[in-house]
Amino acid sequence: MAYDLEFEKPLAELEKRMHALQRKGEHLKPDELLQLHKAEQELHNRTEEIYKHLTAWQTVQVARHKDRPYAADYIRLMCDDFFELHGDRSFGDDHAIMAGPAKLDGNSVILVCHQKGRDMKEKQFHNFGLAHPEGYRKSARVMQQAEKFGFPIICLIDTSGASPAMPDEERGQAEAIAFNLYLMPRLCVPIIATVIGEGGSGGALAISIADRILMLEHSIYTVASPEAAASILWRDNAFAPQAAEAMRISARELKALNLVDELVPEPLGGAHRNHRIAADNLKAALLKHLVELKRLPIDELLERRYQKFRTIGKFGQAS
Amino acid sequence: MVKEAIPPSTSFGNQPKPGLPVSGNLALKCPKCKALLYGREWEKDLKVCSHCNYHFKLTAHERIDLLVDPGSFVEMDADVISVDPLNFVSRLQVYAAKLDEERQNAGLNEAVVVGHASIEAMPVALAVMDFRFIGGSMGSVVGEKITRTIELSIEQRIPVLISSASGGARMQEGLYSLMQMAKTSAALARLGEAQIPFFSLLTDPTTGGVTASFAMLGDVIIAEPGALVCFTGPRVIEQFMHIKLPEGAVNSEFALQHGMIDTVVHRRELRQTLARLLRLYKCNRS
Repeated sequence: MAYDLEFEKPLAELEKRMHALQRKGEHLKPDELLQLHKAEQELHNRTEEIYKHLTAWQTVQVARHKDRPYAADYIRLMCDDFFELHGDRSFGDDHAIMAGPAKLDGNSVILVCHQKGRDMKEKQFHNFGLAHPEGYRKSARVMQQAEKFGFPIICLIDTSGASPAMPDEERGQAEAIAFNLYLMPRLCVPIIATVIGEGGSGGALAISIADRILMLEHSIYTVASPEAAASILWRDNAFAPQAAEAMRISARELKALNLVDELVPEPLGGAHRNHRIAADNLKAALLKHLVELKRLPIDELLERRYQKFRTIGKFGQAS
Repeated sequence: MVKEAIPPSTSFGNQPKPGLPVSGNLALKCPKCKALLYGREWEKDLKVCSHCNYHFKLTAHERIDLLVDPGSFVEMDADVISVDPLNFVSRLQVYAAKLDEERQNAGLNEAVVVGHASIEAMPVALAVMDFRFIGGSMGSVVGEKITRTIELSIEQRIPVLISSASGGARMQEGLYSLMQMAKTSAALARLGEAQIPFFSLLTDPTTGGVTASFAMLGDVIIAEPGALVCFTGPRVIEQFMHIKLPEGAVNSEFALQHGMIDTVVHRRELRQTLARLLRLYKCNRS
């Protein structure tokens, strides 16, 4: 997989040099072999270096990388089986949210995930991961089912926000999101939400009221997408990079602020470089938290979930 | 920092009837129909245009005077103020400085005023948002004060009334702001379990994260006529869909027509409507 982001240019150069040598295969001279090893080592080090110090805007680019694993990839790589359920039983089916029962290491769980879609055709089908009200209502339906059968809920978050079109207003986007915020604090099963790419605004929050909030190392979670925030703050979304910087949206910063529980490590150079490792890391983290949460009596689980959100906020006292 | 919490409203206690405090405006123009309105008349009309029914925005204290029994409002948590949790500095925006400025300009410590009061002698917990303070946006303090109001309502077993006026979540507090949607909604879920009614009043404008959390969770949702009520603002919808929306495309009447709210009530009738609801939803058991 090629390095194709702007800030990865030095890496792309190195990779090019390496590939040239690799192509020689068997015919490599000893000093060339040495060169190759050196180049590999340097690429490793430089990648580590660059990815350790990503700016907010660079993180946004990684979180939105076209090859980044999407929910459907994680499901395929982590779960033994997944049966997708469709429809909100009142208006339609939203393809921006996938939901249904799955087996995760022998456990029955309910998955609720945003799905963005990779090529243009897929993206259009999934509406770029921008969920409609019927998507949130499908989530609510399936989560209530999880509660009925006592299945833990696992949510994978990857959206820049809820769909902002006129038909969404007509069908009550605000109510659909609010309903989930009202429902999820009281669901009597463990809930784990993981931001796998972009966690954008109310559209992300609507399936993120969880006992544990995890974030992949290079994912972002924002009150509004950087573009929307720039548009609100300065009436110009060209300032998205500045908005991203100021809002502290990277997983690392949010962990430091104690707003998320755990970072899930990504393979070197981002999850898009190795889907398998990314999925294995995520699976391990999910299973670890599942075991911990399943041990808690329901009353305590709900009380802790309530307090988790009740205590978020920073304020002072007027002098 | 702020010296005085909130200047005492001139109208408390000494006003015979519910209404609005008198200001010095001699004449003004209606922003909607451009008609010339005379200050005195306009105030008598509760700041509603007598020609086109345009409902001007009210400050939180004007709203409280309008809704509750004179002198019955007791403010809580007026001294809870925003800090700058992210050290938000960007492109001429210094959040800490902006907070100071807004406190001066609005004469309020934050975008919501909360407390308890009575309406026709029936007690309510009350939270009233004020659009003047950073667009009525919800950050940590707004979320916290609204949550405390809901908790008061649970503790005292009295209904809660939240009057919204907000552009949504406050960008300058980042994820803290988003999480206030979760916090307030979770508190309302507890209120629901306690079987205590919540009346949500939507005023111009109620948008974004406020609409997508507590504002839409009322047992009864009332809006003032012509208020902008939506999740996504018209400007963003237009940009996203590459269309031009007609004036008032997403407002109270639109929300009513699409089944999102229960009723649209003229400002003049708000107080008696709320009183009726308080009587209708009075608990039979206690």
